[in-house]
Amino acid sequence: MRASAWSDPVFRWLCMACAALCGLLMVAFFVQLAFASGEAWSRFGLNFFVSTEWDPVRHVYGALPAIAGTVCTTVIALVIALPLAFVSALFIVDAPPWLSRVLGQAVDLLAAIPSIIYGMWGLFVLVPLMDRLWVALGVDNAFGGIGLLTSSLILSLMILPYICAVMRDVLRMTPPMLRESAFGVGCTRWETARDILMRYGIRGLLGGIFIGLGRALGETMAVLFVAGNIMKVPTGLLDGCTTIAATLANNFAEAEGVQRSALFALGLILLVMAFVIQVLAQYYLRMTGAKRGEK
Amino acid sequence: MDTPRQEPQIKIRARKLSFFYEGGHQALFENDLDIPERRITAVIGPSGCGKSTHLRTYNRIYSLHRGQRAEGEVLLDGQNILDPKTDLLTLRRRVGMIFQKPTPFPMSVFDNVAYPLRLHFKLGRKEIEERVEAALQGASLWDEVKDQLRKSGLALSGGQQQRLCIARAIAAEPEVLLMDEPTSAIDPVATLKIEDLVLRLRERFTIVIVTHNMQQAARISDRTAFFYKGRIVEVGPTKQIFTAPREKKTEEYITGRFG
Repeated sequence: MRASAWSDPVFRWLCMACAALCGLLMVAFFVQLAFASGEAWSRFGLNFFVSTEWDPVRHVYGALPAIAGTVCTTVIALVIALPLAFVSALFIVDAPPWLSRVLGQAVDLLAAIPSIIYGMWGLFVLVPLMDRLWVALGVDNAFGGIGLLTSSLILSLMILPYICAVMRDVLRMTPPMLRESAFGVGCTRWETARDILMRYGIRGLLGGIFIGLGRALGETMAVLFVAGNIMKVPTGLLDGCTTIAATLANNFAEAEGVQRSALFALGLILLVMAFVIQVLAQYYLRMTGAKRGEK
Repeated sequence: MDTPRQEPQIKIRARKLSFFYEGGHQALFENDLDIPERRITAVIGPSGCGKSTHLRTYNRIYSLHRGQRAEGEVLLDGQNILDPKTDLLTLRRRVGMIFQKPTPFPMSVFDNVAYPLRLHFKLGRKEIEERVEAALQGASLWDEVKDQLRKSGLALSGGQQQRLCIARAIAAEPEVLLMDEPTSAIDPVATLKIEDLVLRLRERFTIVIVTHNMQQAARISDRTAFFYKGRIVEVGPTKQIFTAPREKKTEEYITGRFG
């Protein structure tokens, strides 16, 4: 006798439990972080967001340097990665098929490089390189190549494949006739890409940008190596800085009491930021998907 | 309209025009065709006969696509535009194109028409506004959109979108308008509006229209060219083509025996 009478419901419940577990985990993360950071919130309140102090001796902690470092590295990384991703996506979409495949895979492979490798490469190759560059240019370079700009450069390489992949999709799905119309009124390829294709795919592009943002925000290892881990709000591109993720990785081992709680508070802030950005990314990508469906 | 006796100038001469797609597939075979100035020339024929392909050589829009090439000559005012030295941006300002489906740009109604103006000319704001209005008037769209110029072009109805594309094409004052089955995606009422519009544009532009719709060709064109399997079978005044075709193939096609 086949056992379908009882096996189907069991299988169903099993599947449902697994799916539910993912949602529950998400909630559990928030709850746990909120709980563990309770002491920091009650002691510092909203002041935690704007305070720049980080003093384990006096037990005064503020999140601003880490938040500022995270936002700055992420935004600068995006500013570097966006144009690169856009022009490489343009080329890959228009290149002859064999070249398109090779280049597309090469860009995708950037995503497969473990972040620790980026970190090592950053520390041993990029940092000395930047240092020499600034010395050669006669720029004041107190941090010796470590800092905000170098971190952002590494991050931009890491998020490039994600943004580029989304942009390729967006460019591929624009109706060929729309492209032809743009050329038909006398656009160059660049004008067509900038004024027509980009506007047409704006939602997909935003989705891609948010995916890149999400990656850059939580990146720990690579940044840890080259940021300098200075608990100060950076005032220049060559300043040493830190990020939320790097701060956590650096300090958790020895942290106790209030500091531990403050670190959990930082973690909560990072989780909320990443969560919001992920939701926005999904939202914009879905909007493009819907648009593709209706055409 | 001009007096019918007066022979119009020839605006475009295609000579021994052949066309190849990627992989060497030949789609046109050494065709000759004259396009008279400020007349409407209809290009008809069954699907896959090469009529769109022929049209697409006139502004070299095919050159976007890898592996496509044309041989022979296409003389626009005596200049061979197939010459690699041809400035394509200027060519496409002089030869506008309307496609099978409306293709408004993802921007406002106003910007759709202003876009080619900004591309090709250095104009002040006032001048752009005037020329946008003139183009929309010219495309019989002004009265319908004058209060919603800031609205997205994509929010208009299909027929309005196609007239917007016509306004966009005529804004930069081209000499020739290419229309590739411009009403194939549009409902019958909107189609009649566009046909009326095309007839009015005849005074200002040389028009070449590819159409699947033989009634349309008969209604609006002065001359008709019948394509079959990549060759021009017959060219002549529209009236003669539809009432007294010389070729048997033409007769079979216009009487609906194939196609």
